[in-house]
Amino acid sequence: MKYLDEFRDPDLAATLVEKIRHRSSRRIRIMEFCGTHTVSIFKHGIRQLLPPTIEMLSGPGCPVCVTANADLDWAIALAGDTDVIVTTFGDMLRVPGSRSSLERVKAEGADIRIVYSTLDALQIARDNPGHPVVFLGIGFETTAPTVAASVLQAQDEGISNYYVLSLHKLTPPATRAILDSGESFLDGIIGPGNVTTVIGSRAWDFLPREYGISCVIAGFEPLDILQGIYTLVESFESSEPRVDNVYGRSVRAEGNQVALGYMSTVFDVCPADWRGIGEIPASGLRLKSRFRRFDARERFEVHPGPPEEPAGCRCGEVIRGVTTPPDCTLYGRACTPHHPVGPCMVSSEGTCAAYYLYSGETR
Amino acid sequence: MDRILLAHGSGGHLSHELIRDLFLPQFPAPALARLDDAAVVETVARAIPGAKPVTPGAGRLAFTTDSYVVKPLFFKGGDIGRLAVCGTVNDLAMVGATPLYLSAAFVLEEGLDLDTLRRVVASMKASADQAGVEIVAGDTKVVEKGGADQLFITTAGLGVVPDGIDISASNARPGDVIILSGAIGDHGLAVLSEREGLAFRSQLVSDVAPLNQLVAAMLRASPDIHVMRDPTRGGLATALNEIALQSQVALVIEENKIPIHEDVRAACEMLGYDPLHVANEGKLVAMVAAHAAAEVVEAMRRDPHGQEATIIGEVTAQPEGKVLLRTGIGGTRVVDMLAGELLPRIC
Repeated sequence: MKYLDEFRDPDLAATLVEKIRHRSSRRIRIMEFCGTHTVSIFKHGIRQLLPPTIEMLSGPGCPVCVTANADLDWAIALAGDTDVIVTTFGDMLRVPGSRSSLERVKAEGADIRIVYSTLDALQIARDNPGHPVVFLGIGFETTAPTVAASVLQAQDEGISNYYVLSLHKLTPPATRAILDSGESFLDGIIGPGNVTTVIGSRAWDFLPREYGISCVIAGFEPLDILQGIYTLVESFESSEPRVDNVYGRSVRAEGNQVALGYMSTVFDVCPADWRGIGEIPASGLRLKSRFRRFDARERFEVHPGPPEEPAGCRCGEVIRGVTTPPDCTLYGRACTPHHPVGPCMVSSEGTCAAYYLYSGETR
Repeated sequence: MDRILLAHGSGGHLSHELIRDLFLPQFPAPALARLDDAAVVETVARAIPGAKPVTPGAGRLAFTTDSYVVKPLFFKGGDIGRLAVCGTVNDLAMVGATPLYLSAAFVLEEGLDLDTLRRVVASMKASADQAGVEIVAGDTKVVEKGGADQLFITTAGLGVVPDGIDISASNARPGDVIILSGAIGDHGLAVLSEREGLAFRSQLVSDVAPLNQLVAAMLRASPDIHVMRDPTRGGLATALNEIALQSQVALVIEENKIPIHEDVRAACEMLGYDPLHVANEGKLVAMVAAHAAAEVVEAMRRDPHGQEATIIGEVTAQPEGKVLLRTGIGGTRVVDMLAGELLPRIC
């Protein structure tokens, strides 16, 4: 298939693997920020192809996984305790909150609809004029512009029953938080390709400048990732930290100005609560005051009760790259994709799920 | 879990738990415990001690049933009626049976357009004719509006397994070759692409078809077919995992050898689905003795439903109960059953 096969060519992959092996002489710790990278790395069996000098760690780039339990509980209570129609991306459905999940309250009668984009959510609002419709705004800089656009569209059309619960998060502040914690020592970061398409590769310039480590922006196909790893190994071996973009077919230095424009029109930057990391300043997005009437938090009052973390779950450490999933005592026993305890085991981009589903690694 | 979730109907892990923990303890019949697509039982004459066989050498009976609840009722390449006939015919064919008779029970929602029902029934008739089976029993119930989603169909099927044929998901042996009858994922994505709320345009057409003639051609080519299964809900990944578990073997498949049509691949990439988890309604996967593989594949390719038949891997002894995939770029990964429902990802 055009556009996929070219980036999965076995001969080119073998050449890149050979180049990596040849160039890598010192131990290097690389974190892939993005959950889509994590899954691709596992799905294509890339880890086994790398030399033992390279250690790959998975980062916090799974939007479902970093959603704080308190926020998730709020959404579950909204769906379960009120008559609103909750619209959401499919990933959220099975994530266990403190006491229930969207999937469970749906089975108990809550009106929860899986949508593929905010356009679908807006259509549901148009089709049900007497009924409040809330979209769960989960995701990084990739989904936030589409949510912003939906708010503007709702305003233009005068759709008065459409609301957004903004749980959006920004990726550069989270990367900073992980580096500042001093818990995980990283030599290079594979930057998130989709996010960087929106925010631009310049957004990562602080990594070599302030932290002295390299960053490569890579796509999600096997050759993209191998090329990214090679680029990081190269700059590491030559001790020249820098930002490289090997995803030029999608990412520009300045990003997508239109998407950024939508975001800055509709959202203010605010502190955000990240599961596993805690509150990070200037890492979230909330609706600007002039769009307050679309804000689900302003419109609805629910009482989800205090958040509780599941006993023994180490998703927080996995998200920070401090622990690998098989080190968790629940992994593969009490916690599997079929009966998930923590979010990293249920999301399609979760690190625990990637380990479990694709590596077959058991405790 | 104290309630039924939609994921219990996905054909993946939760469906399996439901069967294992809730149904099987109450229904301990050995023919059910094999968990094949159809139960194979002795004929009535042989089951009653002392009775004389009515038609000596006619073989054993294969018996199966399935319910159909697809939404929308009509989709590119098929409809609920064609599914209801083909699905049951195929379940019989997967144990090597010649399908003979079907029953059809309808649950109709008050207010259903009679023309819709006529179209569905006409489609069932056409599919039954194509498969060479007769619909010989039926039932109709009407429920209040809201009590069903337009129309549900349950079919049951009866067929005969010729003597000497023993096909079961328990019969895969190390050294067997894994054959797939054609490209995967067509049905699941054809239905999905027409479902409310998913607005991408595509030319995806369901592969729903009766496979009994394909199976007959395979059995004529060689009796050394050990396993057959049609990878419906849960996709090829789930079917292979079931076989690996039931046969206590490992199945090793090659990513580059699995045929997938271009628009299915593209749609899967976009939605974040693994094509290995997407449903099929006109495909089968078979484990065949290595010496017979070439002949079986050749016979399949002569059948209209097996033109893309190809060898995708082999059966090994270890790691027992696992399905392994050799990826296109030379890595190896595990392939698991579908967990939960097939859900689109965020970005």
